[in-house]
Amino acid sequence: MREINDKRVREVAEKARAIRRHIVTMLCAAGSGHTGGSLSASDIVACLYFWEMNLDPANPDWEDRDRFVLSKGHAAPVLYAALAERGFFPRELLMTLRKMGSPLQGHPDKRKLAGVEASTGSLGQGISWAVGMALAAKMDKKPYRVYAMVGDGELEEGMVWEASMAAAHYKLDNLVLFVDHNGLQIDGRISEVLSPEPIRDKFEAFGWRVMEIDGHYIPGIMEALNQARLLKGQPVAIIAATTKGKGCSFMEDRVEWHGVAPNREEMEKALAELV
Amino acid sequence: MKKQATREAYGKALLELGKKHQDIVVLDADLSKSTKTAEFARAFPERFINAGIAEQNLMGMSAGLAAAGKSVFASTFAVFATGRAFEQIRNSIAYADLDVKICATHAGITVGEDGASHQSVEDIALMRSIPGMCVVVPADGPSTAQLLEQLYHRKRPAYLRLGRMAVEQVYGEEQKLELGRGVELRTGAEASIFACGIMVDKALLAWELLKEKGISVSVVDMHTIKPLDQELVIKKAQETGAILTVEEHSIIGGLGSAICELLSEYCPVPVLRMGIRDEFGQSGSPQELLRHYGLEVEDIVQKVQKLLEIKLK
Ligand SMILES: Cc1ncc(C[n+]2csc(CCOP(=O)(O)OP(=O)(O)O)c2C)c(N)n1
Ligand SMILES: [Mg+2]
Repeated sequence: MREINDKRVREVAEKARAIRRHIVTMLCAAGSGHTGGSLSASDIVACLYFWEMNLDPANPDWEDRDRFVLSKGHAAPVLYAALAERGFFPRELLMTLRKMGSPLQGHPDKRKLAGVEASTGSLGQGISWAVGMALAAKMDKKPYRVYAMVGDGELEEGMVWEASMAAAHYKLDNLVLFVDHNGLQIDGRISEVLSPEPIRDKFEAFGWRVMEIDGHYIPGIMEALNQARLLKGQPVAIIAATTKGKGCSFMEDRVEWHGVAPNREEMEKALAELV
Repeated sequence: MKKQATREAYGKALLELGKKHQDIVVLDADLSKSTKTAEFARAFPERFINAGIAEQNLMGMSAGLAAAGKSVFASTFAVFATGRAFEQIRNSIAYADLDVKICATHAGITVGEDGASHQSVEDIALMRSIPGMCVVVPADGPSTAQLLEQLYHRKRPAYLRLGRMAVEQVYGEEQKLELGRGVELRTGAEASIFACGIMVDKALLAWELLKEKGISVSVVDMHTIKPLDQELVIKKAQETGAILTVEEHSIIGGLGSAICELLSEYCPVPVLRMGIRDEFGQSGSPQELLRHYGLEVEDIVQKVQKLLEIKLK
């Protein structure tokens, strides 16, 4: 088991901060896109790309690599920022987000950008991709692990539960699902629009091992990932309590920051906080 | 005249209809601010149901509500309405011939920066293939409002395709449209342009440029793609002997296909189809994308000229 020490935590925290800075900068340059849900996912994604996953940026198609599927594809900026920081492509490319001809499409396009494992954007579908990949690993007796992230609003899609049923049925202990539980969707709070609660009970009833963590506490995320590796016979769901817009005080827990990009002034304000 | 997106006009017209008719119920799938059903939701919260991010259940519940006597308007983005929930629309709504109007916004490539996953270029084809489904693609705000009201009174399954981007007004408030009847906006002898949705305005602009070149064409707004105004299509084919179809949709299965299917049986004349040519969209501004996919005014002008060459051969 990998030791969680101060040095490693500091390194990953530094990456999470870099990812957040990229997110606000590239969204400002793009002039549109999803800010809140990218920021809520940043600490988890940083842990995946800088603590957990076996990857080779020089060989993105390496057969035995671990896979991450961003099922909540609208948070593409967090994925792009992590891939750039991990060395999959030059950081400058981030500034082409959502622009005509850019490989950094508004929602991740697997054909256009190395490192993107699944073309997502239609909520509910990415988790099924992840189940399929985990099944393939089992079939081929491959050691790789599969990670996925869904939004808490995304849990309202029936497909999420179809996929969950399959994952437990096929005992996919090589699959870890993060629920980015920020409490918000587009039309309001998930509790008011259409509540998916109780989330923990649902996953348990569907046959998953469930952990509940603070999705912004890096040692806690690392510890959960360590634990997940030890669990056999079941897929693991990690319900991460997060704050939408985390890191930028004026965006935090504000539903109106779901699908808008910061303007220059807002970006400056955000960057001043992300130090 | 003021630019307005058809989704904006839909939101306003739906609110007005809701005031008049108590049987109207509106459903959305966590996109009410974007589809503009939020205006109705604010005024009539007891007649608005947010299905959450669950389009299949949205359509299934719509069927149940309609079966229980409600006049249902169900909204989300076109790609999720017609794609994700296709089979619910087919088997629960259309098969039972229920009073559900699927009013989907963000159709076509002018969704823009969100990219291909959100740009529906096959929704007309999907909806048109369902038996009995009425398919309507309004060109502007005023026609959206008129056609929406007619769909309310029709009380049968219908698909209304709406856009995200603001568009010029094509119709004055006093002009009357009729569901199922194309509108001959310009009359010319050498060819006929059949357009729908945002392409109607572009066809009118092309008409001006063609006129300057001494080319005389007709321009028809085919706001109702199904049932198709067969009489008008055949009449224009006979009168002008060449047809150009223009749509912000795949050339497979949309307006162009509908017209070719009809004319190949009853009045074969040269037809050219303009639209997305069997490919996905991508991120970009609506203007860049329209240019990239060859859906600009100049493209229409060139296609008409090519069509006339074919016609004369
Ligand atoms: C199938 C589908 N329906 C609707 C949408 C539009 N949409 C994009 S993001 C979103 C809300 C997502 O909320 P949540 O999953 O909680 O994401 P987060 O809060 O993490 O951004 C919706 C409805 C979509 N992308 N896919
Ligand atoms: Mg959420």
